[in-house]
Amino acid sequence: MADTATNVENKTEGGESRRDFLLLATSAVGVAGTATAIWPFVDSMNPSADVLALSTTEVDISQIEEGQSVTVVWRGKPVFVRHRTAEEIEQAAKDDSAALIDTQKDADRVQKAEWLILLGVCTHLGCVPLGQKPGDPKGEFGGWFCPCHGSHYDTSGRIRKGPAPLNLEVPPYAFLDDETVKIG
Amino acid sequence: MRKLIIAAVAAFTFGMGTAHAAGGEYHPELKNPTWSFEGVFGQYDKKQLRRGFQIYNEVCSSCHGLRLVAYRNLMDLGFSEDEVKEIAGEKEVRVAHNDIGEELNDDGEFFTRPAKPSDRFVSPYPNNAAAIDANGALPPDLSLMAKARMGGPEYIYSFLMGYAEEIPAEVSSQKGFTENEDKNFNLYFPGYYNSMPPQITEELVEYEDGAPMTAEQHAQDIAAFLNWAAEPELDERKSMGLKVMLFLLVLTAMLYALKRKIWANVKH
Amino acid sequence: MSSPEWKNPVIKWVDSRLPVFSMMHHSTAGYPTPRNLNYWWNFGSLALTVLIVMVVSGIILAMQYTPNTAMAFDSVERIMRDVNYGWLIRYVHMNGASMFFIVVYIHIFRGFYYGSYKGPREILWIIGVIIMLLMMGTAFMGYVLPWGQMSLWGATVITNLFSAFPIVGEYIVTLLWGGFSVDNPTLNRFFALHYLLPFVLFGLVGLHLWALHEVKSNNPLGIEMKQPEDSIPFHPYFTIKDLFGMGVFFMFFLAFVFWAPNYMGHPDNYIEANPLVTPAHIVPEWYFLPYYAILRAVTFDIFWIIPAKLGGVIAMFASILVWMALPWLDRSKVKSGKFRPVYKWFFWVFFANFVFLGYLGGMPAEEPYVTMSQMATAYYFIHFFVIMPLLGKLEKTVDLPESIAASVLKKSGDA
Repeated sequence: MADTATNVENKTEGGESRRDFLLLATSAVGVAGTATAIWPFVDSMNPSADVLALSTTEVDISQIEEGQSVTVVWRGKPVFVRHRTAEEIEQAAKDDSAALIDTQKDADRVQKAEWLILLGVCTHLGCVPLGQKPGDPKGEFGGWFCPCHGSHYDTSGRIRKGPAPLNLEVPPYAFLDDETVKIG
Repeated sequence: MRKLIIAAVAAFTFGMGTAHAAGGEYHPELKNPTWSFEGVFGQYDKKQLRRGFQIYNEVCSSCHGLRLVAYRNLMDLGFSEDEVKEIAGEKEVRVAHNDIGEELNDDGEFFTRPAKPSDRFVSPYPNNAAAIDANGALPPDLSLMAKARMGGPEYIYSFLMGYAEEIPAEVSSQKGFTENEDKNFNLYFPGYYNSMPPQITEELVEYEDGAPMTAEQHAQDIAAFLNWAAEPELDERKSMGLKVMLFLLVLTAMLYALKRKIWANVKH
Repeated sequence: MSSPEWKNPVIKWVDSRLPVFSMMHHSTAGYPTPRNLNYWWNFGSLALTVLIVMVVSGIILAMQYTPNTAMAFDSVERIMRDVNYGWLIRYVHMNGASMFFIVVYIHIFRGFYYGSYKGPREILWIIGVIIMLLMMGTAFMGYVLPWGQMSLWGATVITNLFSAFPIVGEYIVTLLWGGFSVDNPTLNRFFALHYLLPFVLFGLVGLHLWALHEVKSNNPLGIEMKQPEDSIPFHPYFTIKDLFGMGVFFMFFLAFVFWAPNYMGHPDNYIEANPLVTPAHIVPEWYFLPYYAILRAVTFDIFWIIPAKLGGVIAMFASILVWMALPWLDRSKVKSGKFRPVYKWFFWVFFANFVFLGYLGGMPAEEPYVTMSQMATAYYFIHFFVIMPLLGKLEKTVDLPESIAASVLKKSGDA
């Protein structure tokens, strides 16, 4: 292996630094290229166009009567859309000063007082709370009751009793007009 | 000898890709209009695609589906989100159940709702049997037609322009050829007789962008649109290709220079 | 080539318990390689590169693909249209398969020309043939997955072949199908096996490289390394040469991916599989065409007892298995075609005949193609069973140089 020693060395100073620069430059370009080439493979695991297209849902709320609740699907999860009665709104506002597990004012949880829009996923371990349909138990606070471990939510969707740590999540939404809400 | 064989093999293999199947039916060579999206630098002409979509929407969609394309994809053609919502909204889509969980209405039919941009194009018939019932034969879905036929958009263009009143001698003189009164003679269609009557005429649809409303223009526009339907990624694919190839050219040249440097004093 | 003395204490600690660093050194800076290798020797590393590209792209595709007949075709179209860069990854995988065969065919033909199959490289060669067979199985099953017309009908034709085997034929086919035709059970198991086999390939490639490292590379002169001057270390000389080769290869590969992604494919596979409609011409992918020609060439019963269908199947498998016998069919002491003027000629004729067989495989099973296929198939086997043994005995070879170093010095002296 005598060749290794004699051939890999470059006798002249200038020659050696030239090759080291070329080596460095080529390596840098190669690494940059490899990283750029890997990106599409990683990005393909991000949400695809058809999934992103369903990242928002428009809901027609014109048919939802006062006191009525509707469940829609948004990003694969249930969303509760409740048209609150005056009593429910009053109760929710009054409870602002009650002993809340996750303190939050009702006014901060709605854009229009009569429309309560919440993610129907219990913040304890993810079950879907009952209270949407007319015969459902609503728990001790008139909102929702989660049968899995007994969490009670009030008319603002706040956790009042039971193991859940947080209020029912309010998803991003916007009123496109009086009849349509866009969730997400 | 060796060079001769290599050259012959190379010419052979590349020629094979473009030649028509040997020893088959006679078909004239495909017409070859110039496409904006052909070649290394090709890109779609969005105005042309919009005209092609207009033809699909006003003429073809009554019989042919486009089920792999979503309405939201039309935004790539330059339509706004509202325009796409309107186009989609013209069709009805079946829903599994309505808002209160019922599956069928009082007539025993499925509930429907207007299509949204996230939906895919609604096919004109609910299934193949209904399509055959209405037309006598099955009008194929057109989503991949430009990739499912040899010659792609050239074939589609030639086919649409290829209906003929007179049967040329090269065709009728073939062994086993018989005329078929019930179907439509087309020079390019395998077997010559197609169930679809000729569709492309002058002023088939009203273009609003000032493009000539000739039969050739219509045929070219719908063929371009169908190529987009089959290959919506073409613009990105070709432009990415240029960047990648340029990068590789530089990197490979640097690797070659480095190789020469490392091998400089080695006898080989 | 003994292991180096490691200075770094961490490396030393690890290496004394699991000699990974010594192994890496043994395969690179400490691995003697003939100094006269030409660019035909790049194709082995290219084959490994392509295998890695195929596994990476394949695993990413598998995250989005559904192996059920009702959804397979649509899941591929979803990848093409909705998955971020899905069209790129799919076209890389699709064209990568063709590239894999281009690279491996060149690698094999390099072996044919330079006598790389001769002793002491017989086992290296045989492992290579097994790799080729597994590649073919993997590619065959992979082509079924998009569930287009060619997927279904190509699978139907090839799986039906197994019914040619006497007595057990029908049972084998039913077992393969998992039913009474190529249908959902077949698709599902092909997906499982297609995912599995490439990892078996990695194992075989490991064995292939292990065998190679034992006997070291052949070279264009076909004479073994005898002295230190004959060789140079693999690293840095051939690492950089292989990297350059990869640069050129990726330009060739990606030209197809970006500008002619469907050139080597068949349009019929963009039509959903339909068991009620058979395509006019069922054609396998181009890399199977020579064997398809051989299969269809046997149109007559052999020796009155082997039916034509079985004869075709036997001929088809034999056409690849015969490569394994080559070290014993070709007894010439001289390895490289460079010093075998008569063999050189026959090599090129064999190559042209192989390409011709490929062309015939793509033609319909009619005259004059049938007769031509029969002649080309006959010649194919005559090359192995008649010409190679005879050449070994009768050919007058050109005198070999003293050594690799001597030949290289002579060459550079003349330059």
